Amino acid sequence: MGAGFGEATPARRWRWGLLDLAVIAFALIPVLWIASLSFKTTATLTDGRLIPAEWTLENYQSIFDTSQFTRALVNSIGIALISTAIAVVLGMLAAYAVARLDFPGKRALIGVSLLIAMFPQVSLVSPLFDIERRLGLFDTWPGLILPYITFALPLAIYTQSAFFRQIPWDLEKAAKMDGATQAQAFRRVIAPLAAPGVVTTAILVFIFAWNDFLFAVTLTSTERSRTAPVALSFFTGDSQFEDPTGSISAAAVVITIPIIIFVLLFQRRIVSGLTSGAVKG
Amino acid sequence: MTVLQEGRRQLSEGKRAERRLGWLLCAPAAVVMVAVTGWPIIYSVWLSLQRYDLRFPAEREFIGLSNYAAVLSNGFWWNAFGVTMLITVVSVAVEFVLGFALALVMHRTLVGRGLVRTSALIPYGIVTVVAAFSWRYAWTPGTGYLANLVTPDGAPLTERASALGIIIVAEIWKTTPFMALLLMAGLALVPEDLLKAAAVDGAGAWQRFRSVMLPVMKPAILVALLFRTLDAFRIFDNIFVLTAGANETSSVSMLTYNNLIKGLNLGIGSTLSVLIFIAVAIIAFIFVRLFGTAAPGSAEEGRR
Repeated sequence: MGAGFGEATPARRWRWGLLDLAVIAFALIPVLWIASLSFKTTATLTDGRLIPAEWTLENYQSIFDTSQFTRALVNSIGIALISTAIAVVLGMLAAYAVARLDFPGKRALIGVSLLIAMFPQVSLVSPLFDIERRLGLFDTWPGLILPYITFALPLAIYTQSAFFRQIPWDLEKAAKMDGATQAQAFRRVIAPLAAPGVVTTAILVFIFAWNDFLFAVTLTSTERSRTAPVALSFFTGDSQFEDPTGSISAAAVVITIPIIIFVLLFQRRIVSGLTSGAVKG
Repeated sequence: MTVLQEGRRQLSEGKRAERRLGWLLCAPAAVVMVAVTGWPIIYSVWLSLQRYDLRFPAEREFIGLSNYAAVLSNGFWWNAFGVTMLITVVSVAVEFVLGFALALVMHRTLVGRGLVRTSALIPYGIVTVVAAFSWRYAWTPGTGYLANLVTPDGAPLTERASALGIIIVAEIWKTTPFMALLLMAGLALVPEDLLKAAAVDGAGAWQRFRSVMLPVMKPAILVALLFRTLDAFRIFDNIFVLTAGANETSSVSMLTYNNLIKGLNLGIGSTLSVLIFIAVAIIAFIFVRLFGTAAPGSAEEGRR
């Protein structure tokens, strides 16, 4: 803290550099560890080395050999993408109204989304299990997409309304003066300007849906809709003598790849999305 | 005169149109949120008053509050509740300290800011189950670097105290970056001039922290603590992978899962749902009471 407002002397740079290094090690070692396990051969799995002594792709081949993991991967991608698309669109409409329009019930909407953000998801597990069983939604894609949309909506509304508030709305007025309706002004003028906020929201919602385990493990029962995190947690070895550590690690690395790509490409957006939603929400 | 009246009527028509559009735009989101949470929670209150075991559906009947009596007089519930509270309090407290430090590093570092922020986002983004497996293998004798290093001849995940410790470490690792990001949003609001002025006046680092940063950051801190507390209270993934609730390490979420999937008892499961819902409501209420009315969303109206 003390080094906050001095100029960047070499000593200060070194101090911060060391702190940075500590943070990076803290953040990355667990990830590198599971990546390392995924490349180890069965024989060297227990050698305790961070860098594998013998490299192998066997673990990756084995998880892509059966439908158990590939089908789960398809489910995960499909469910996360559909949930993201719907939640972002519904959230965008509501966020526009919250940021721009004056209408009774606005506070109520904000209140409801706040309550949902704090809602204990596990409280829904038993009743949803029963309701979805009756409606035929149990163990289907929509059966997971519905709760995902619901719990992503507060995030989608907050983040997008925070972004929408920063848009120069005079442009909208100008468009309306030129004869556009409010809906047209939204579609033609504002939507392109809002795109960065929408992309950020989409990333955050996708990460949330991709991450979920609780709903995925309770509202599915077969390969039909089981998502990747659940599938890998149920991995067993090919025989009872075989340890699934290698395959689980490989599957874990595979489902981490999209997250790493998002973080590398959109670090700034994710940070601004999370912080803007927090302060302005 | 007529022009003025004309104008007024147009204004009120515009106002009404604005209202209608507002409702129209919010309706889909509101309907989904209420339908998927409100209805099941009411339904679960109804189910919690029944004997309803899916293995014996014929015995379904209304039994009043017996399920609540059964759960609240049961050791499993109180043990799970205690475990959940312990994990919540310890992990949020540690995360607050670590998260503050991380926020300062991310906010102020002179070198490699982008790199630090990118790395810090990895734990936030990574699938919790993946992180939990990494910790599980790290602490499993044989495959694990930490187990070999710290307890060469024990199996820390099979003993209650050490298993709880590992669960808490895994939770802290995963969620500290989120806490740090929320706190960093508050840090950005602290005026640099004020810090400089305080430093010129001879305030030490601790004093600057206490009398300049904390008051400005209070709303951000409240939001961060509230969200993380409620989030920690629903801990599930880490426990599922690390111990599966063995050796009395079940959280309330884990207990609910086991009851539903292994017990198929919807009456008891719904009772647990309602109790957890009430517990969370109480925690949120206490938070808002303790820290004043600066709850997130309360400033919403004034801002527009």
